[in-house]
Amino acid sequence: MLLRVSESLRSILRSSDITPQASFERFQQQRRRLLTGAVTVGAGAIAASRLSVLFDPSPVHAQSFASQPSKYTVSENQTPFAKATHYNNFYEFGTDKSDPAQNAHTLKTRPWTVQVTGMVKKPLTLDIDTLLKYRPIESRVYRHRCVEAWSMVIPWDGYSLSEFINLCQPLPSAKYVQFVTLVDRKQMPDLPGGYDWPYSEGLRLDEAMNPLALLTFGCYGQVLPNQNGAPIRVVMPWKYGFKNAKSIVRFHFTDKQPHTTWNEINSQEYGFYSNVNPQVDHPRWTQARERRIDSSAFPHTIPTQMFNGYADQVASLYNGMDLKRYY
Amino acid sequence: MAWTSSVITDRDGHPLQMSKRTIFLLKIATHLLLLAPTAWLVHFYTSGALELDPDPVAFITHFTGDWGLWTLLASLAITPLRRLSPRLAWLIRFRRLIGLYAFFYATLHLATYAFLFSGYDFATALEGLRSGHPGALLEQWKLIWPAIWDDVLKRRFIQVGFFAWLILLALAVTSPTSVLRAMGGKPWQRLHRLVYVAAIAGVIHYWWLVKTGVRTPWKVTAVLAVLLVARIAYTAVKRFTKPRQTVSAARS
Repeated sequence: MLLRVSESLRSILRSSDITPQASFERFQQQRRRLLTGAVTVGAGAIAASRLSVLFDPSPVHAQSFASQPSKYTVSENQTPFAKATHYNNFYEFGTDKSDPAQNAHTLKTRPWTVQVTGMVKKPLTLDIDTLLKYRPIESRVYRHRCVEAWSMVIPWDGYSLSEFINLCQPLPSAKYVQFVTLVDRKQMPDLPGGYDWPYSEGLRLDEAMNPLALLTFGCYGQVLPNQNGAPIRVVMPWKYGFKNAKSIVRFHFTDKQPHTTWNEINSQEYGFYSNVNPQVDHPRWTQARERRIDSSAFPHTIPTQMFNGYADQVASLYNGMDLKRYY
Repeated sequence: MAWTSSVITDRDGHPLQMSKRTIFLLKIATHLLLLAPTAWLVHFYTSGALELDPDPVAFITHFTGDWGLWTLLASLAITPLRRLSPRLAWLIRFRRLIGLYAFFYATLHLATYAFLFSGYDFATALEGLRSGHPGALLEQWKLIWPAIWDDVLKRRFIQVGFFAWLILLALAVTSPTSVLRAMGGKPWQRLHRLVYVAAIAGVIHYWWLVKTGVRTPWKVTAVLAVLLVARIAYTAVKRFTKPRQTVSAARS
């Protein structure tokens, strides 16, 4: 259950529940030492711009979920909270992975409504707080595999997307669901040009109904930081990360494969399905291995698993499909 | 040839050449300046700050790549800057030094790819090394080199980057004055003009590796373009104003 709602992102960044206090203090100490002892102006400037995002001086004031543990949880070592929240591809807030943590404080997550449109019994407008209470929040620790060949292990908080889709009552003719995300220049002053905003993603309806697909409101036991896609996003752990649309404002049901942003930009590199598949390489890098982001300076490179290790749950969705063609 | 183009005094008779001592001190300063990023990176690691970066491997890769390109562009900027005024003739004495640092950072960048980015399990190799098994370094290499080879054959951004590094290697190896003497000024200069090809290849390498729509390489591209245009303009103007001038050999 949601215990406390606070608007500010700053209020949740320093939760001692998440990053152990000791290691956080160690970091701050190191940062201070590092910055005071910066060797050159040039190098120091780079360091400061990169490190400042990991540092937030506001007081601890966390909002958290009392989530139920879930059977869909992996027991691998979790990525530190600070890394999962400061290494984000959320281009609306800048194309560098350190940008969203710096810029996403301009995102307003209340009031927030979600539209349900297209092939549904009745179009709906749902308030975010209604959705939060609609089903018990589960905590699920998922592997997260980015198409850029790095990976994390993140505890998400939410409930199965299928529960929400049942609420939407799609018509039998609906075959796909599209996730349309927020685009607002006022909240996104750094919105880069050259993209066909809003960011859009989608799934075949049977994929979306798979219990692994998670309608997500939080991570690490607390409300999603803005840069991680607050206040509502989806997470499909067997697909590359860019499928997991952030800050969703509309769920659109359709009988045609919806247009999806990266697929539209470069269909050679990003397919509609984008299932994690070590046998199908991205043109610019292999997908056979991944750097597992952990707490070390030199993380291990590990083999990437088919469907990111979720083959037992999802492989049957793609029976008879040539996954080299439908990548 | 650059090293013969020293103007001794200006119109008022003031010496234009810097004293040996000044040059020496400036060279020390340049060394320190260009080594500072490496020192900083080592410090970043030993202080424990590197492990707090979300993706340390990507960080080192970008850091060494950036400094490789920046130092290469700095070495390319020497000649256009020098041509702005005879007072800047002394700058030429820093070109090789800066160019060698470009090779140094490009080599660190390549090593980062080979031992960190490629999938080489540096963590395991390091553990082996620490527990007294230096053979672990080689074992890990044996495991990964087929994948690296495959990577190099498949990916054009790696190929073009590697090509740029090979040019820098050739230029670094032939950079000592003794090699220049052995080669002769003309062939040496012809070889060293490849530095433009290396810079262009380096910038292409950058463009090919970023995602569609990402424009971060535009700054280095703009700087390189300005430097190239400055050269072309200079040559064109020279040819236009002195159409019959023949270039005399440097040491004749």
